[in-house]
Amino acid sequence: MYVVIGVLPFIIQNTNFHHVMVIFLIFAAVGEAWNIITGFAGQTSFGHAAFFGIGAYTSSVLFWKFKINPWAGMLAGAVLATVTAAIVSYPAFRLKGHYFAIATLAVAEIIQQLVVSWDYVEGATGISIPVVADGFLNLQFHKSKIPYFIIAYVLFGVVLLISYLVENSKLGYYLKAIRESSDAAEAMGIDHALYKLIAMMISAFLTAIFGSLYAQYILYIDPFMVFSMNISMKIVLLVVLGGIGTIMGPVIGAAILIPLSEYTRILFGGTGKGIDLIIFGMLVVLVACYQPHGIVGMLRRMSLLKVSATKGGGATHAGRNAVS
Amino acid sequence: MQEEMLSVENLTMKFGSLVANDQVSFSIRRGEIVALIGPNGAGKTTLFNCITGFYRPTSGRVIFDGKDITGLRPYKVCRLGLTRTFQIVKPLKEMTVEENIMTGAFLRTGSRSKAREIALKVMDFTHLADKGQMKAGSLTIADKKRLEIARVLATGPKLLMLDEAMAGLNQTEIREAMDLCLRLRESGITLLVVEHIMEAIMPISDRVIVLDAGKKIADDVPAKVVCDERVITAYLGEKYHAKSKKP
Amino acid sequence: MLAQVIASGILMGFIYALVAIGLTLTWGVMDIINFAHGEFLMLSMYSAFWMYTLFRTDPLLSLPLEALLIFVLGYVTYKIVIKRVADAPGLTALLATFGLSLVLRNLAQFLWTPNYRFLNQTLVTDKKLAFAGIVLGLPQVVASVGSVIMTLAVFYFVQRTRMGRAIQATALDKATAKLMGINTELVYGVTFGLSGACVGVAGALMSTFYPIHPESGALYSLLAFVIVALGGFGNIKGALQGGIIIGLAEALGGYFLGTQFKYAIVFLIYLLVIQLRPQGLFGW
Ligand SMILES: Nc1ncnc2c1ncn2[C@@H]1O[C@H](COP(=O)(O)OP(=O)(O)OP(=O)(O)O)[C@@H](O)[C@H]1O
Ligand SMILES: [Mg+2]
Repeated sequence: MYVVIGVLPFIIQNTNFHHVMVIFLIFAAVGEAWNIITGFAGQTSFGHAAFFGIGAYTSSVLFWKFKINPWAGMLAGAVLATVTAAIVSYPAFRLKGHYFAIATLAVAEIIQQLVVSWDYVEGATGISIPVVADGFLNLQFHKSKIPYFIIAYVLFGVVLLISYLVENSKLGYYLKAIRESSDAAEAMGIDHALYKLIAMMISAFLTAIFGSLYAQYILYIDPFMVFSMNISMKIVLLVVLGGIGTIMGPVIGAAILIPLSEYTRILFGGTGKGIDLIIFGMLVVLVACYQPHGIVGMLRRMSLLKVSATKGGGATHAGRNAVS
Repeated sequence: MQEEMLSVENLTMKFGSLVANDQVSFSIRRGEIVALIGPNGAGKTTLFNCITGFYRPTSGRVIFDGKDITGLRPYKVCRLGLTRTFQIVKPLKEMTVEENIMTGAFLRTGSRSKAREIALKVMDFTHLADKGQMKAGSLTIADKKRLEIARVLATGPKLLMLDEAMAGLNQTEIREAMDLCLRLRESGITLLVVEHIMEAIMPISDRVIVLDAGKKIADDVPAKVVCDERVITAYLGEKYHAKSKKP
Repeated sequence: MLAQVIASGILMGFIYALVAIGLTLTWGVMDIINFAHGEFLMLSMYSAFWMYTLFRTDPLLSLPLEALLIFVLGYVTYKIVIKRVADAPGLTALLATFGLSLVLRNLAQFLWTPNYRFLNQTLVTDKKLAFAGIVLGLPQVVASVGSVIMTLAVFYFVQRTRMGRAIQATALDKATAKLMGINTELVYGVTFGLSGACVGVAGALMSTFYPIHPESGALYSLLAFVIVALGGFGNIKGALQGGIIIGLAEALGGYFLGTQFKYAIVFLIYLLVIQLRPQGLFGW
């Protein structure tokens, strides 16, 4: 799968396609990041736009105002998002279920409004990132989207690896235990506040990295693009659509959602306003109604059927052998 | 000589005006199996919650292994070697049996392969070995109760508190659970067991503590407790007791 | 001036409360977050708009129609969508209602363009009410009074009628309610309908002074989430008081700190209150 994603842009040489692939990778990666805190640890965040936006703004502002290298800005943004996550999480984790979810939403909304009315960063007008020469160090490429793709691809690979390591380590087991029952987790010696905090910080860090990358790719950001609830919900949707709590889920979800929304936007542009989202909304409703475990759940059930079918076959064989 | 492992001193727990535990004191010695019995609503589960840190008692103290653990968070209590199961089982549903138990084992090791090793041993011990790959949510109630024990057993406790681990089991399963308790003791774990099924608990326990309406009303060897007037009254009700006395 | 701000804050608070009560009903009874709640409100406003534009029926007169229309919409939504996801794991129900909100919002945009529309010749338009030095717009006053009446009606319905008690019983324990012979399917359908009726009424009332466009409902549903969580999920009284708190916070925050901060204040209030009362003001 990862390899297929990697070679596709070189087979299909089309700028629109390359654009869709970059956006796809960014959102798949952010989905993975969100999946760590919500899918594994079971703490529903409706406010990941906050971290995405912090990443986008930090690197952009540092570059625009202070000429600081975007890679350094990316790291700074990630650190800032992590710190924010830690500060916000401590009080928020006292809240359970929906109360927590609404709190994350509230935090993201507050940050958005502060940025909107913050003149230093041009408020609602947004920031155009100064255009400089092409190059890896500058993290700007104007002739082709392929370099962006490669960078997104590598970073996405790192995120996949981190997700995999998290899931298959003590941390992953602990997070899932907390999700399933915080009481049972505590009775097994798990400090759930600590582990949720770690999960949130990792999640925020990774989300911010891709916020920065997004800003460097689009070269323009405003608070509504990167801090809005739409971003938060897009992340939630694609993971739930693909299959929450699994590593493949966010990738599959993004692979469906992003091309759908990007292509319909490219196709209909300004004219068919809304049609893409109508189709998309209906699709989401259908999946929710008929595939409640997401697409990964559906695939699993199908392969499970296959496995049990072959197993059944094996059993009859054995039976026959025994008789003969 | 047996040393004291857990001692509870004048523990009181109030929910508003309701006194769920009223000045309860008792102690448990290393290597014992102690039964904690009492009618429904006597305050047994509440006492468990207070001892293991899920509730902070209104007053009183809990000493474990010479350390005051009153009001300590449950995970810290567990790390000291004292943990419990839940009356209403809390399986980690979406995880397999093996993963459930590995989660407990991670308290002792950071390595996944070591955790699996421990889990396999625990699964053998609790007769869950053939169900390792099943989702915990799909187990039968008997297996869920076993898993409840297995999961905390993997953390390597010194004192294990079981809250109605036999409720809802059939005769065979109850006998297996009794056997499990005895084997746990043999392996060096002290047990405090809440149970309603007298036939099961009396034969295996060294001592029985009886709670009624939050108060401790008896604390003695099983043979004596079953003859205790107050215990009979608590279980059978005032009226029945009065009648039975007449003739 | 301050009195004026407080008064208008309270007026808006009652309207917010009605929207939030609709949300808290489904949230409390079924544990389902209806992300399409704001879109129901938006549709009600459009309905009032078209009733006025096409048939010259004032929003205050077409109000029962909007209530009924959105009641039916809620009921049908339950039967077609919610029913299927009600017992699904985790965030699936949310996914469904979010998808629905996307469909409704963009359908409105597709059919009626994203343009802002105003009703500026209704019975109450541009009329003012002066009272002890406070000047309030009649549309807001009427909307607020109407919201209070609807709130009381819903409260009466839930507390006093057979159906209302069935709703309460089902909210507490679905399985037991079923055993007691309650038709829980019907109860859920009616709860969703009732939730719709709340925004049906609110939408008609608001159409007299609030711009009508496909995104009209979005802000309200966001505020309603906060109000519901503030008051405690499923708690009607909580939603009422939460609504007033938020209405006041918005008005006072806008007055003292500038309008651009008024929603930041609202969310901040939520975060503060929820720290002191992690289960909401009235939840347990
Ligand atoms: N969190 C709580 N809040 C209020 N009251 C509680 C709480 N937990 C328990 N109680 C009350 O405390 C009393 C003791 O309950 P507890 O669950 O400890 O009894 P128990 O002995 O375990 O009963 P059972 O044999 O039925 O399990 C009961 O009256 C119960 O209603
Ligand atoms: Mg109990």
